[in-house]
Amino acid sequence: MNTQTPSLLKRLLFISLSLALVLLIAMFLGLSLGSTQTGIHAFFQNLTGTGSSDSMLNTIIWQIRFPRILLATLVGATLSLGGLVFQALLRNPLAEPYILGISGGSAIGAIIGILMGFSRFPGVSLTAFAGSIATLLLILVMSSGQTILKKDALLLSGVMVNAFCAAVIMFLISLTQDSRLHSIIFWLMGDLSMVDIGHVGILAAILLPCFILIFWFSNSMNLLLMGKEMAQTMGVNIKAVTVILLVTTSLMVSATVSYCGLVGFIGLVVPHLLRILFGPDHRVLVPACVLGGGAYLVFCDIFARTLPEQGEMPAGVITAMVGAPLFIYLLKRTRR
Amino acid sequence: MNMAIYLKNLNYYYGDFSALKNLTFSVTKGDFFIIIGPNGSGKTTLMKIMAGILKLQKGRLEILDCPIESYARKTLAQTIAFVPQLTQLDFPFSVKEVVLMGRSPYLGMLGLEQEKDLTIAKQALMFTDVEHLAHRKLDQLSGGEQQRVFIAKAICQEPEIILLDEPTSSLDLAHQIRLMDLMEKLKNEKGITVVMVSHDVNLAAMYGDRLLLLNKGQIVRMGRPEDVLTYQTLEQAYGCTLLVDNSPLGKIPRVTPVPQKYMSVDIKDR
Repeated sequence: MNTQTPSLLKRLLFISLSLALVLLIAMFLGLSLGSTQTGIHAFFQNLTGTGSSDSMLNTIIWQIRFPRILLATLVGATLSLGGLVFQALLRNPLAEPYILGISGGSAIGAIIGILMGFSRFPGVSLTAFAGSIATLLLILVMSSGQTILKKDALLLSGVMVNAFCAAVIMFLISLTQDSRLHSIIFWLMGDLSMVDIGHVGILAAILLPCFILIFWFSNSMNLLLMGKEMAQTMGVNIKAVTVILLVTTSLMVSATVSYCGLVGFIGLVVPHLLRILFGPDHRVLVPACVLGGGAYLVFCDIFARTLPEQGEMPAGVITAMVGAPLFIYLLKRTRR
Repeated sequence: MNMAIYLKNLNYYYGDFSALKNLTFSVTKGDFFIIIGPNGSGKTTLMKIMAGILKLQKGRLEILDCPIESYARKTLAQTIAFVPQLTQLDFPFSVKEVVLMGRSPYLGMLGLEQEKDLTIAKQALMFTDVEHLAHRKLDQLSGGEQQRVFIAKAICQEPEIILLDEPTSSLDLAHQIRLMDLMEKLKNEKGITVVMVSHDVNLAAMYGDRLLLLNKGQIVRMGRPEDVLTYQTLEQAYGCTLLVDNSPLGKIPRVTPVPQKYMSVDIKDR
């Protein structure tokens, strides 16, 4: 240790502040840009109260864009954190809620909830949670007991669970002879448009305690990466930590799925990027994933809203177009 | 009493399979204790029970005169450090980060280290001669270097006992000797009890204060190397023809397995 590296707390503070700034910039852009050509200048005038007060512009910015941006922040944060936790617990850098089929499982739960006429909260959220726990158990059972191919077995199990979930979802949608069909399909691809500020509030109330809980276990995740046995001999209660983290993560993911469907690959892209930038210490990565993941999805959503000439596309389209190629690249690299 | 580890009538089962049968022995404090035996003899199982990884099923296990069940997780981690066989790590922690993790049994949930912990980590890195690698990523190091980093991590736990599972198995000759010398130094200078599982009976002969020979979950013999490493005992356990003579280094048994094609050679004074 020839050079004195800055202490963990200083690093944590510096990284968190920088990423919070990135998130603020993303939010600022998100509020300014959209299919209605408001522009940054007009938004700035609205924000400062100078210039003409345009009630239409006011509505667009604060009633439509603002909740949507907050939602994107929460969802991006949750899914990045979900990926980070799964990667640590399964000791597999390619694990992610969407790839493993956890998101798909909660989507089945959510659709069943919707078809049964439940409200978004708590009804659909609960059925989505049940669906995610069921798939989680399924994957763990399928991939356990294999030692040599463990890494691939887990991913293959995930792929199959995902394919199965997709089939069940299509099956359920085919049975729906409803005008809601279009909105269900849109929701499935990760649609952030169907929220008001109340929904965001409920979601935040569920998610923020989960974020804190996961941060509390961040050092345990570091130790877990040294191998289960070594972690155990360093005083980690493996079973308790694993169960708490898996259940918390499934709860977070299913909560976001029940509000905005399947947004894939964020949990792969964001933790990977942050690990390259800041190293593998989870005490840094957990807050970084919350802030950076939030910013990432806000940026993706800006593209989803502004790229099409008319209307918009689901944000999940953008995240998948970035994430899937990265997944293939990482898979090739870890196979060396 | 000055027993580091004491076992009485220890049994362990995987389902119906009895992996360890009625083991009773003790490890004296400050000893270099090496467990040898053929594949599947239960060495690793025994080690994992002593490390607290596998739960005690039947029998008694005392660590420093206290039953292992009476230890809280973190207290046990402050008493026993475990160095597993080398595995591939997919997450690139630096050497310094890994060694500092050894402090976690002394720290809170978030493992925020103080100045004192940094000093202890630095001393551990110096002791195992990997200080120059502190800022390198673990996955960029050779097997021998990685093994010494994990031993530095174990030293950081400030344990009374260090358990190692076949630490030399993937190392070349120079690194094997270097690692065994390091463990001997650890024993001599810090008074730490070293318990090691090894496949290499010749290394065991040169370094072990006491050896335990296991076969099919039972103790074949325990004692000083010259008492355990006799050809009758070893042939009985390993089931192959062996030649045991004295090492040119001194009064240390040297074990040579005899290949089929040399069987006809008259082996005098085995």
